[in-house]
Amino acid sequence: MPGYLDVLTQKFNGAFTTSEFRDNRRVSVAADKSPDVIFGLLACLKNECGFDMLADLAGIDYLNYPGAADRFAVVYALTNTATGERVFVKAHANDPDPALPSAVPLWEGANWMEREVYDMFGVTFTGHPDLRRILMPDEFTSFPLRKDYPLRGAGERHNFVTVTRAEG
Amino acid sequence: MALKLDDNIFVTQLDQLANWVRKHSLWPMPFATACCGIELMATASSRYDIARFGSEAMRFSPRQCDVMIVAGRVVMKMVPVMQRIWLQMSEPKWCISMGACASSGGVFDTYAVVQGIDRFIPVDVYVPGCPPRPEQLIRAVIDLQEKIQKTGTINAREFDRRTAYEGPGALSKELDPKELVVAPGNFKTGTRVSLN
Repeated sequence: MPGYLDVLTQKFNGAFTTSEFRDNRRVSVAADKSPDVIFGLLACLKNECGFDMLADLAGIDYLNYPGAADRFAVVYALTNTATGERVFVKAHANDPDPALPSAVPLWEGANWMEREVYDMFGVTFTGHPDLRRILMPDEFTSFPLRKDYPLRGAGERHNFVTVTRAEG
Repeated sequence: MALKLDDNIFVTQLDQLANWVRKHSLWPMPFATACCGIELMATASSRYDIARFGSEAMRFSPRQCDVMIVAGRVVMKMVPVMQRIWLQMSEPKWCISMGACASSGGVFDTYAVVQGIDRFIPVDVYVPGCPPRPEQLIRAVIDLQEKIQKTGTINAREFDRRTAYEGPGALSKELDPKELVVAPGNFKTGTRVSLN
Protein backbone atom coordinates (compact mmCIF):
# COMPACT_ATOMS: atom_id res chain seq x y z
CA MET A 1 0.00 0.00 0.00
CA PRO A 2 1.58 3.28 -1.07
CA GLY A 3 2.17 5.98 1.51
CA TYR A 4 -0.15 8.56 -0.01
CA LEU A 5 -3.16 6.33 0.66
CA ASP A 6 -2.34 6.37 4.37
CA VAL A 7 -2.23 10.15 4.27
CA LEU A 8 -5.57 10.29 2.44
CA THR A 9 -7.18 7.79 4.82
CA GLN A 10 -6.03 9.84 7.79
CA LYS A 11 -7.58 13.02 6.43
CA PHE A 12 -10.57 11.87 4.38
CA ASN A 13 -11.53 8.57 5.95
CA GLY A 14 -14.73 7.16 4.49
CA ALA A 15 -14.96 9.79 1.74
CA PHE A 16 -13.38 7.72 -0.99
CA THR A 17 -12.87 4.17 -2.19
CA THR A 18 -9.79 2.78 -3.89
CA SER A 19 -9.29 0.09 -6.47
CA GLU A 20 -6.50 -1.21 -8.60
CA PHE A 21 -6.49 -2.42 -12.17
CA ARG A 22 -3.18 -3.68 -13.50
CA ASP A 23 -0.81 -0.86 -12.61
CA ASN A 24 -3.47 1.83 -12.26
CA ARG A 25 -4.38 2.84 -8.76
CA ARG A 26 -7.66 4.68 -8.58
CA VAL A 27 -9.25 6.85 -5.94
CA SER A 28 -12.98 7.29 -6.38
CA VAL A 29 -15.24 9.83 -4.66
CA ALA A 30 -19.02 9.40 -4.84
CA ALA A 31 -21.29 12.20 -6.02
CA ASP A 32 -22.78 12.98 -2.61
CA LYS A 33 -19.33 13.72 -1.17
CA SER A 34 -17.30 14.95 -4.15
CA PRO A 35 -18.26 18.69 -4.15
CA ASP A 36 -17.08 19.02 -0.53
CA VAL A 37 -14.15 16.65 -0.54
CA ILE A 38 -12.51 16.60 -3.95
CA PHE A 39 -10.67 19.91 -3.83
CA GLY A 40 -9.11 19.15 -0.44
CA LEU A 41 -8.23 15.67 -1.60
CA LEU A 42 -6.49 16.93 -4.72
CA ALA A 43 -4.71 19.64 -2.71
CA CYS A 44 -3.50 17.01 -0.26
CA LEU A 45 -2.21 14.81 -3.07
CA LYS A 46 -0.43 17.76 -4.61
CA ASN A 47 1.04 19.42 -1.54
CA GLU A 48 1.67 16.51 0.81
CA CYS A 49 2.07 13.45 -1.43
CA GLY A 50 4.18 14.84 -4.26
CA PHE A 51 1.66 14.50 -7.11
CA ASP A 52 2.73 17.81 -8.60
CA MET A 53 1.58 17.33 -12.18
CA LEU A 54 -1.95 17.14 -13.54
CA ALA A 55 -1.33 14.97 -16.60
CA ASP A 56 -4.92 14.84 -17.79
CA LEU A 57 -8.47 15.74 -16.89
CA ALA A 58 -11.40 14.14 -18.67
CA GLY A 59 -15.12 13.54 -18.33
CA ILE A 60 -17.12 10.31 -18.42
CA ASP A 61 -20.86 9.75 -18.81
CA TYR A 62 -21.96 6.55 -17.07
CA LEU A 63 -25.54 6.61 -18.41
CA ASN A 64 -26.76 3.00 -18.82
CA TYR A 65 -23.40 1.73 -17.62
CA PRO A 66 -23.82 -1.55 -15.74
CA GLY A 67 -23.58 -1.06 -11.99
CA ALA A 68 -22.92 2.70 -12.12
CA ALA A 69 -24.32 4.62 -9.16
CA ASP A 70 -23.62 8.19 -10.36
CA ARG A 71 -24.04 9.57 -13.85
CA PHE A 72 -20.96 11.72 -14.51
CA ALA A 73 -17.36 11.44 -13.47
CA VAL A 74 -14.36 13.71 -13.90
CA VAL A 75 -11.03 11.88 -13.93
CA TYR A 76 -7.85 13.56 -12.75
CA ALA A 77 -4.69 11.77 -13.86
CA LEU A 78 -1.95 12.83 -11.47
CA THR A 79 1.75 12.19 -11.76
CA ASN A 80 4.52 12.45 -9.21
CA THR A 81 7.37 13.82 -11.30
CA ALA A 82 9.98 12.80 -8.72
CA THR A 83 9.06 9.12 -8.52
CA GLY A 84 7.04 8.60 -11.71
CA GLU A 85 4.14 7.31 -9.61
CA ARG A 86 0.64 7.85 -10.99
CA VAL A 87 -2.82 7.96 -9.49
CA PHE A 88 -6.22 8.44 -11.04
CA VAL A 89 -8.78 10.35 -9.01
CA LYS A 90 -12.38 10.01 -10.09
CA ALA A 91 -14.90 12.57 -8.82
CA HIS A 92 -18.53 11.73 -9.54
CA ALA A 93 -21.35 14.18 -10.17
CA ASN A 94 -25.05 13.79 -10.82
CA ASP A 95 -27.96 15.34 -12.65
CA PRO A 96 -29.68 17.79 -12.74
CA ASP A 97 -26.77 20.20 -12.16
CA PRO A 98 -23.51 18.29 -12.19
CA ALA A 99 -20.97 20.59 -10.56
CA LEU A 100 -17.52 20.19 -9.05
CA PRO A 101 -15.00 22.65 -7.63
CA SER A 102 -12.44 23.83 -10.15
CA ALA A 103 -8.89 22.51 -9.96
CA VAL A 104 -7.43 25.64 -11.58
CA PRO A 105 -6.18 27.08 -8.24
CA LEU A 106 -4.05 23.92 -7.91
CA TRP A 107 -2.97 23.39 -11.52
CA GLU A 108 -3.18 26.14 -14.16
CA GLY A 109 -3.32 23.40 -16.80
CA ALA A 110 -6.79 22.41 -15.65
CA ASN A 111 -8.21 25.56 -17.24
CA TRP A 112 -8.78 24.43 -20.83
CA MET A 113 -9.41 20.82 -19.88
CA GLU A 114 -12.23 21.81 -17.54
CA ARG A 115 -13.66 24.01 -20.28
CA GLU A 116 -13.63 20.98 -22.56
CA VAL A 117 -15.41 18.80 -19.99
CA TYR A 118 -17.97 21.57 -19.51
CA ASP A 119 -18.39 21.93 -23.29
CA MET A 120 -18.88 18.24 -24.00
CA PHE A 121 -20.58 16.95 -20.83
CA GLY A 122 -22.15 19.99 -19.21
CA VAL A 123 -20.33 19.55 -15.89
CA THR A 124 -19.81 23.00 -14.40
CA PHE A 125 -16.73 23.83 -12.38
CA THR A 126 -17.36 26.33 -9.60
CA GLY A 127 -14.58 28.84 -9.22
CA HIS A 128 -13.28 28.39 -12.77
CA PRO A 129 -11.90 31.73 -14.00
CA ASP A 130 -13.34 31.54 -17.54
CA LEU A 131 -15.87 28.75 -18.06
CA ARG A 132 -16.81 29.13 -21.75
CA ARG A 133 -17.28 26.61 -24.54
CA ILE A 134 -14.00 25.68 -26.19
CA LEU A 135 -14.73 23.22 -29.02
CA MET A 136 -18.33 23.90 -29.99
CA PRO A 137 -19.67 27.27 -31.19
CA ASP A 138 -20.83 29.64 -28.45
CA GLU A 139 -24.47 29.41 -29.49
CA PHE A 140 -24.53 25.62 -29.16
CA THR A 141 -27.02 24.58 -26.52
CA SER A 142 -26.46 20.87 -25.93
CA PHE A 143 -23.58 18.72 -24.73
CA PRO A 144 -22.47 16.33 -27.49
CA LEU A 145 -20.62 13.70 -25.48
CA ARG A 146 -23.57 12.91 -23.23
CA LYS A 147 -24.82 9.41 -23.95
CA ASP A 148 -28.40 10.57 -24.51
CA TYR A 149 -27.35 13.04 -27.23
CA PRO A 150 -28.06 11.64 -30.72
CA LEU A 151 -24.92 11.03 -32.79
CA ARG A 152 -26.42 12.90 -35.74
CA GLY A 153 -27.09 15.91 -33.54
CA ALA A 154 -30.35 17.54 -32.55
CA GLY A 155 -30.63 19.50 -35.79
CA GLU A 156 -27.85 22.03 -35.10
CA ARG A 157 -25.92 21.26 -38.28
CA HIS A 158 -28.07 23.22 -40.66
CA ASN A 159 -29.04 26.31 -38.73
CA PHE A 160 -26.96 28.75 -40.77
CA VAL A 161 -27.78 31.35 -43.37
CA THR A 162 -27.32 30.36 -46.98
CA VAL A 163 -25.33 32.57 -49.30
CA THR A 164 -26.82 32.78 -52.80
CA ARG A 165 -24.91 33.48 -55.95
CA ALA A 166 -26.22 37.03 -56.35
CA GLU A 167 -25.24 37.95 -52.78
CA GLY A 168 -21.66 36.98 -53.39
CA MET B 1 -19.68 40.11 -97.11
CA ALA B 2 -16.38 38.80 -95.89
CA LEU B 3 -14.12 41.06 -93.87
CA LYS B 4 -10.62 41.18 -95.18
CA LEU B 5 -8.45 40.66 -92.11
CA ASP B 6 -4.92 39.53 -91.49
CA ASP B 7 -4.39 35.90 -90.50
CA ASN B 8 -3.75 36.66 -86.84
CA ILE B 9 -6.84 38.79 -86.28
CA PHE B 10 -10.05 37.23 -85.00
CA VAL B 11 -13.51 38.66 -84.60
CA THR B 12 -15.48 37.65 -81.52
CA GLN B 13 -17.91 38.92 -78.90
CA LEU B 14 -16.67 40.69 -75.79
CA ASP B 15 -18.42 38.10 -73.64
CA GLN B 16 -16.55 35.31 -75.37
CA LEU B 17 -13.27 37.16 -75.00
CA ALA B 18 -13.86 37.68 -71.28
CA ASN B 19 -14.76 34.04 -70.82
CA TRP B 20 -11.68 32.95 -72.69
CA VAL B 21 -9.44 35.09 -70.51
CA ARG B 22 -11.12 34.08 -67.28
CA LYS B 23 -11.15 30.38 -67.90
CA HIS B 24 -7.42 30.27 -68.50
CA SER B 25 -6.56 32.22 -65.37
CA LEU B 26 -8.58 30.58 -62.63
CA TRP B 27 -6.76 31.33 -59.40
CA PRO B 28 -7.80 28.92 -56.66
CA MET B 29 -8.43 29.70 -53.03
CA PRO B 30 -7.57 26.43 -51.28
CA PHE B 31 -10.03 25.86 -48.45
CA ALA B 32 -8.42 22.60 -47.43
CA THR B 33 -9.32 21.00 -44.12
CA ALA B 34 -8.47 17.31 -44.47
CA CYS B 35 -7.07 14.53 -46.65
CA CYS B 36 -8.46 16.10 -49.85
CA GLY B 37 -6.15 19.01 -49.12
CA ILE B 38 -3.15 16.73 -49.60
CA GLU B 39 -4.48 15.66 -52.99
CA LEU B 40 -5.00 19.32 -53.79
CA MET B 41 -1.34 19.95 -53.00
CA ALA B 42 -0.37 17.00 -55.18
CA THR B 43 -2.39 18.52 -58.01
CA ALA B 44 -0.15 21.55 -57.86
CA SER B 45 2.99 19.41 -57.85
CA SER B 46 5.19 18.89 -60.89
CA ARG B 47 3.75 15.46 -61.52
CA TYR B 48 0.18 16.65 -62.14
CA ASP B 49 0.93 20.33 -62.70
CA ILE B 50 -2.27 22.32 -62.51
CA ALA B 51 -0.25 25.17 -64.05
CA ARG B 52 -1.09 23.69 -67.46
CA PHE B 53 -4.56 25.14 -66.95
CA GLY B 54 -3.45 28.51 -65.65
CA SER B 55 -4.63 27.59 -62.16
CA GLU B 56 -1.33 27.27 -60.39
CA ALA B 57 -1.51 30.59 -58.54
CA MET B 58 -2.92 29.38 -55.22
CA ARG B 59 -3.95 32.52 -53.41
CA PHE B 60 -4.36 32.52 -49.65
CA SER B 61 -5.97 35.93 -49.74
CA PRO B 62 -9.62 35.81 -50.84
CA ARG B 63 -9.37 39.13 -52.68
CA GLN B 64 -6.93 37.71 -55.18
CA CYS B 65 -8.66 34.51 -56.24
CA ASP B 66 -11.76 33.55 -58.13
CA VAL B 67 -12.29 29.85 -57.57
CA MET B 68 -12.73 28.39 -54.12
CA ILE B 69 -11.74 24.73 -53.82
CA VAL B 70 -13.34 23.32 -50.68
CA ALA B 71 -11.29 20.19 -49.98
CA GLY B 72 -12.25 18.21 -46.91
CA ARG B 73 -14.96 18.01 -44.31
CA VAL B 74 -16.45 21.25 -43.02
CA VAL B 75 -17.81 21.43 -39.49
CA MET B 76 -20.53 23.71 -38.17
CA LYS B 77 -18.05 26.02 -36.52
CA MET B 78 -16.20 26.45 -39.82
CA VAL B 79 -19.27 27.35 -41.91
CA PRO B 80 -19.35 31.07 -40.98
CA VAL B 81 -15.62 31.25 -41.79
CA MET B 82 -16.16 29.60 -45.15
CA GLN B 83 -19.04 31.94 -45.96
CA ARG B 84 -17.02 34.99 -44.99
CA ILE B 85 -14.14 33.94 -47.23
CA TRP B 86 -16.58 33.28 -50.06
CA LEU B 87 -18.14 36.73 -49.65
CA GLN B 88 -14.73 38.38 -49.60
CA MET B 89 -13.63 36.84 -52.89
CA SER B 90 -13.76 39.14 -55.85
CA GLU B 91 -16.33 38.59 -58.57
CA PRO B 92 -16.96 36.71 -60.78
CA LYS B 93 -16.16 33.65 -58.70
CA TRP B 94 -16.80 29.94 -58.74
CA CYS B 95 -16.67 27.05 -56.33
CA ILE B 96 -15.42 23.49 -56.64
CA SER B 97 -16.59 21.05 -53.96
CA MET B 98 -13.82 18.49 -53.79
CA GLY B 99 -14.45 15.05 -52.37
CA ALA B 100 -17.28 13.21 -50.66
CA CYS B 101 -17.07 15.18 -47.40
CA ALA B 102 -17.37 18.63 -48.90
CA SER B 103 -20.13 17.48 -51.26
CA SER B 104 -22.24 15.42 -48.87
CA GLY B 105 -20.58 15.06 -45.48
CA GLY B 106 -19.10 11.75 -46.55
CA VAL B 107 -19.03 9.11 -43.86
CA PHE B 108 -19.14 11.79 -41.17
CA ASP B 109 -22.86 11.79 -40.42
CA THR B 110 -22.21 13.30 -37.01
CA TYR B 111 -23.54 16.26 -35.06
CA ALA B 112 -20.80 18.65 -36.13
CA VAL B 113 -20.03 17.92 -39.80
CA VAL B 114 -22.32 19.67 -42.30
CA GLN B 115 -23.83 17.39 -44.91
CA GLY B 116 -22.68 19.23 -48.01
CA ILE B 117 -21.33 22.76 -48.38
CA ASP B 118 -23.84 23.47 -51.14
CA ARG B 119 -26.38 24.06 -48.37
CA PHE B 120 -24.48 27.21 -47.44
CA ILE B 121 -22.63 28.52 -50.50
CA PRO B 122 -23.26 27.97 -54.23
CA VAL B 123 -21.22 25.19 -55.85
CA ASP B 124 -20.37 24.86 -59.55
CA VAL B 125 -18.55 21.55 -59.85
CA TYR B 126 -18.62 18.54 -57.55
CA VAL B 127 -15.71 16.09 -57.49
CA PRO B 128 -16.53 12.55 -56.33
CA GLY B 129 -14.06 10.37 -54.47
CA CYS B 130 -12.62 9.91 -51.01
CA PRO B 131 -10.20 11.46 -51.55
CA PRO B 132 -10.32 12.16 -55.30
CA ARG B 133 -7.18 11.68 -57.33
CA PRO B 134 -5.44 14.77 -58.71
CA GLU B 135 -6.64 13.83 -62.18
CA GLN B 136 -10.21 14.17 -60.96
CA LEU B 137 -9.55 17.66 -59.66
CA ILE B 138 -7.95 18.57 -62.98
CA ARG B 139 -11.07 17.21 -64.68
CA ALA B 140 -13.14 19.50 -62.45
CA VAL B 141 -11.03 22.48 -63.48
CA ILE B 142 -11.55 21.59 -67.15
CA ASP B 143 -15.29 21.21 -66.57
CA LEU B 144 -15.37 24.58 -64.84
CA GLN B 145 -13.49 26.14 -67.77
CA GLU B 146 -16.08 24.72 -70.13
CA LYS B 147 -18.89 26.04 -67.96
CA ILE B 148 -17.33 29.51 -67.88
CA GLN B 149 -16.86 29.54 -71.65
CA LYS B 150 -20.47 28.52 -72.20
CA THR B 151 -22.32 30.61 -69.63
CA GLY B 152 -20.13 33.56 -68.69
CA THR B 153 -20.73 37.21 -69.52
CA ILE B 154 -18.32 40.09 -69.33
CA ASN B 155 -20.04 41.84 -66.42
CA ALA B 156 -21.03 38.55 -64.76
CA ARG B 157 -24.71 39.37 -65.12
CA GLU B 158 -25.52 35.67 -65.17
CA PHE B 159 -24.96 35.67 -61.42
CA ASP B 160 -27.35 38.57 -60.73
CA ARG B 161 -30.33 36.49 -61.68
CA ARG B 162 -29.38 33.62 -59.43
CA THR B 163 -30.91 34.93 -56.22
CA ALA B 164 -32.40 31.63 -55.09
CA TYR B 165 -30.85 28.94 -52.96
CA GLU B 166 -29.25 26.35 -55.24
CA GLY B 167 -28.48 23.58 -52.80
CA PRO B 168 -30.46 20.41 -52.16
CA GLY B 169 -34.08 20.86 -51.18
CA ALA B 170 -35.66 19.36 -48.14
CA LEU B 171 -34.23 15.91 -48.47
CA SER B 172 -36.90 13.29 -48.14
CA LYS B 173 -34.35 10.88 -46.74
CA GLU B 174 -33.35 13.25 -43.97
CA LEU B 175 -33.85 11.26 -40.80
CA ASP B 176 -35.33 12.58 -37.60
CA PRO B 177 -32.46 14.00 -35.53
CA LYS B 178 -33.90 12.22 -32.52
CA GLU B 179 -33.13 8.93 -34.17
CA LEU B 180 -30.24 7.34 -32.38
CA VAL B 181 -27.24 5.85 -34.11
CA VAL B 182 -25.56 3.18 -32.06
CA ALA B 183 -21.85 2.73 -32.50
CA PRO B 184 -20.24 0.29 -32.80
CA GLY B 185 -23.18 -1.06 -34.72
CA ASN B 186 -24.66 -4.43 -35.14
CA PHE B 187 -23.77 -4.95 -38.75
CA LYS B 188 -26.37 -7.68 -39.29
CA THR B 189 -29.38 -5.59 -38.41
CA GLY B 190 -28.16 -2.14 -39.36
CA THR B 191 -26.85 0.51 -37.02
CA ARG B 192 -29.90 2.71 -36.49
CA VAL B 193 -32.29 2.07 -33.65
CA SER B 194 -35.18 4.15 -32.41
CA LEU B 195 -34.90 6.12 -29.17
CA ASN B 196 -38.14 4.56 -27.89
